[in-house]
Amino acid sequence: MAILLLFIAYPFVMALWYSLTSIRVGEPGHFVGLANFAKAINDTIFQQAFKNTVFYTFWATVFKLALGMWLALLLNRHFRFKRIVRASMLLPFIIPTVLSAFAWRWMFDPTFSVMNWALYHGGMITDRLPFLSSGDWAMWCSVLVNTWRGMPFFAITLLAGLQTISPDLHEAAALDGANAWHRFWHVTWPLLLPVTLVVVVFSVIQTFSDFQLIYVLTGGGPANSTHLIATYAYQIGVGSGLLGEGAALSLFMFPVLFAVVWVQLRYLKRMENG
Amino acid sequence: MLIERKWKKWLYFYLPMAAFIVFTLFPFYWMAVTAFRPDSELYATWRQPNAAPLWTLQPTMEHVIGLMKTTAFPTWLWNTMAIAIVATGISLVCGMFAGYALARLKFRGSEFLGTAIFITYLVPQTLLFIPLADIVRDLQLGNTPWALMLTYPTFLIPFCTWLLMGYFKTIPKELEECARIDGATRFGAMVRIIFPVAIPGILSAGIFAFTLSWNEFIYALIFMSSADQKTVPVGVVSELIRGDIFFWGQLMAGALLGSVPVAIVYSFFVEYYVTGLTGSVKG
Repeated sequence: MAILLLFIAYPFVMALWYSLTSIRVGEPGHFVGLANFAKAINDTIFQQAFKNTVFYTFWATVFKLALGMWLALLLNRHFRFKRIVRASMLLPFIIPTVLSAFAWRWMFDPTFSVMNWALYHGGMITDRLPFLSSGDWAMWCSVLVNTWRGMPFFAITLLAGLQTISPDLHEAAALDGANAWHRFWHVTWPLLLPVTLVVVVFSVIQTFSDFQLIYVLTGGGPANSTHLIATYAYQIGVGSGLLGEGAALSLFMFPVLFAVVWVQLRYLKRMENG
Repeated sequence: MLIERKWKKWLYFYLPMAAFIVFTLFPFYWMAVTAFRPDSELYATWRQPNAAPLWTLQPTMEHVIGLMKTTAFPTWLWNTMAIAIVATGISLVCGMFAGYALARLKFRGSEFLGTAIFITYLVPQTLLFIPLADIVRDLQLGNTPWALMLTYPTFLIPFCTWLLMGYFKTIPKELEECARIDGATRFGAMVRIIFPVAIPGILSAGIFAFTLSWNEFIYALIFMSSADQKTVPVGVVSELIRGDIFFWGQLMAGALLGSVPVAIVYSFFVEYYVTGLTGSVKG
């Protein structure tokens, strides 16, 4: 237990200390106060990365929730091969992200893209789409891949929640003349809200601090348009060896994550008392 | 019962379901096709007629063989496997004892510790990689498997503890009380009575931890520098791209073979994995 706390708390304290110094690889550095943070705030790339992170987290979470909920509702019905379908739906979540992100990168490849091929031969486009070579496109493609990867997590956990809802409630609502949409909105959604909230919190934390997907898919480019806080902190901290500045950058994630966790804990407390 | 017409079922169920299946699985399919496709077919541009049929007529093993012969891929696989197993083992043992303590023993600060565990389990790796890299260097562990075997538990132990704590709480207290009346010590009751009952929970935690360590990237990227020490994800990223050239055939072969072991483990324990997944978000 003590070792564990040491392993988490010690790096954290060190991260704080680093962020206040001018430490570099092979150079101890000295105390510089909040200079690293001030530098980060005035750094246009960092501003961009911060905005990107918020954008990426927001849209990816919205899509994951919407699609995951839809998928969970579909999986909640009885059909043949249900078990195998459900098992295969989780694959994007199981397979190492780096490896599957490469498959996506290959599918987005400017010259050999299978998607451009399919759309072109399907008569939908006349010129290739700039999947990862234009800033806006690259961002949306990253959101898409993140959605693809995280959707199963939403679907499976929401499905577990759905299975605790008694079908009687739906039948009663149906007898009262509620259509499918009303039944979802007035019966399923409120009952599922606690599970949904927890899943969203988890996903926000994971997405906000995402690194591997962007690292493989775009490397932050083109022209920093897809840099997230984590990838930028890596580039500065490890790529350029400016440990102090890198640590400061990654600490910018902390307030946001802390707020999310705090909401979560308060909510759990209320559940326990209520 | 709610009665549905047939076309409605097609529109609202089969169609979206099929779309989901294609969306989910196509990248893996494409990974596999690419891995077995000869270069001449691979590098045909997108506008050529029939340039990229959705399958290949001349499957080839050249990429797989090239991967095995010209790169350290087998070593990476072995490294990843060893690291994942050791890290999972350490985390499970710690998680079992810590989870039991938090679920059963009432000591001062136990509630606070439970919350602390929960928070540490939510701390993302990307927040702490810079100081951890320094610690690893100071301990002279850099570039050895121990760097990862010891750092992975920093996120796996809180996770296992949290999951197992929830599981232990569902086991009735009477079970161990009986054992203790029969003269077992608390430790004995824990090891002989509670742990065997908790095997499904332990398996879930283990499978989950295993896939997490197989998936881990940023620590492995930073702590491992020589080619023969890398894990599969890092090896594929750093060694199969030489300069600006992507060897897509080998890359996809590597991605495919790197995914297979974890997919196999997963397929044997789907139900446990799902339990772990849904348990991981329970308060």
